[in-house]
Amino acid sequence: MSYPDSIRVIQVPCTGRVDVIHLMEAFQKGADGVYVVGCLEGECHYYTGNLRAKKRVQYTKKILDEIGIGGERLEMYNIAASDGPRFSQVAKEMDEKIRALGPSPIRTALQKIHAARQAGVNVETS
Amino acid sequence: MIVAERKPLEEIIGFIKDYKKILLVGCNECVTVCYAGGKKEVAILASALKMAFLKEEKELEVKEVTLERQCDQEYLEEIRSIVDQYEAIVSMACGVGVQFMAEKYQTMPVYPALNTLFMGGAEEMGVWAERCQGCGQCVLGQTAGICPITRCAKRLLNGPCGGSTKGHCEINKDVPCAWQLIIDRLKALGKLDDYDNLMPIKDWSAERSGGPRKIVREDLRQ
Ligand code: SF4
Repeated sequence: MSYPDSIRVIQVPCTGRVDVIHLMEAFQKGADGVYVVGCLEGECHYYTGNLRAKKRVQYTKKILDEIGIGGERLEMYNIAASDGPRFSQVAKEMDEKIRALGPSPIRTALQKIHAARQAGVNVETS
Repeated sequence: MIVAERKPLEEIIGFIKDYKKILLVGCNECVTVCYAGGKKEVAILASALKMAFLKEEKELEVKEVTLERQCDQEYLEEIRSIVDQYEAIVSMACGVGVQFMAEKYQTMPVYPALNTLFMGGAEEMGVWAERCQGCGQCVLGQTAGICPITRCAKRLLNGPCGGSTKGHCEINKDVPCAWQLIIDRLKALGKLDDYDNLMPIKDWSAERSGGPRKIVREDLRQ
């Protein structure tokens, strides 16, 4: 199963474990995009884990929109555990979509602040 | 419990846009239960605010603290030793907590992160509804345990009005008519005769219209 190098997989026992704060922190650390991959709806081992994840993704999208990061950088997909080809296809799709959107403004800002620090420039922080 | 919800982020950002270091304080009581201002919501808001600042290439330092209660002096004392290190406090408590915080730390700007809405409870997960308006003179003993002050749009004490239609209130067909609920429950309790007892004119001075209220218990006072 192949997927673009840009994607870092973080394993969780069930997407029901993914909370809003986890998604937020990924963006805060500079992720350009994040997607949650759960089992097919109706096939969650814990019954509703993926449905709860879906709602949390929706909620987080709204926050990202409100702060101007763009909710479209976050998505939820449902893929059967056995469906490797679909996993690869979604990874490729998401990679292309995020590349088209360009780097996250957070990552760009973090890089600028970091570079300024390296150069010893005292950045005005507020 | 007191039910609240987070203000739009834009409004909160507007309060703090000129600061670099803020203290973000949650409350472990009502607003934790209604998912508005507990530890989890503090973390989410802190992250959102930091990102909103970063987007403008500014850094915001946010210290996250969640107190047992913000409507209690002793718990507010817990942050005394760190308050001075910050330029402002953003409180995720209800309006009571925000005001107690502002009274306690006179020289600190204190901003609310929530809109405090009502006294109510969770009808189901994720759905909260108003049940009490704190009128100061409870009528639930005469109304089969259903509050007409809160749940009747007209606060009728001897309802229903002519707008009650098939059990719904005329203001909105999704709102049950409080007086229909009262009559149904009186019937179920075999107490429909109580409905004939007209309620006297209510003393509204015990309510908010009498000005801000206070209770003094001399047996407890120090
Ligand atoms: S319809 Fe019922 S709840 Fe609505 S205003 Fe009239 S009495 Fe009150």
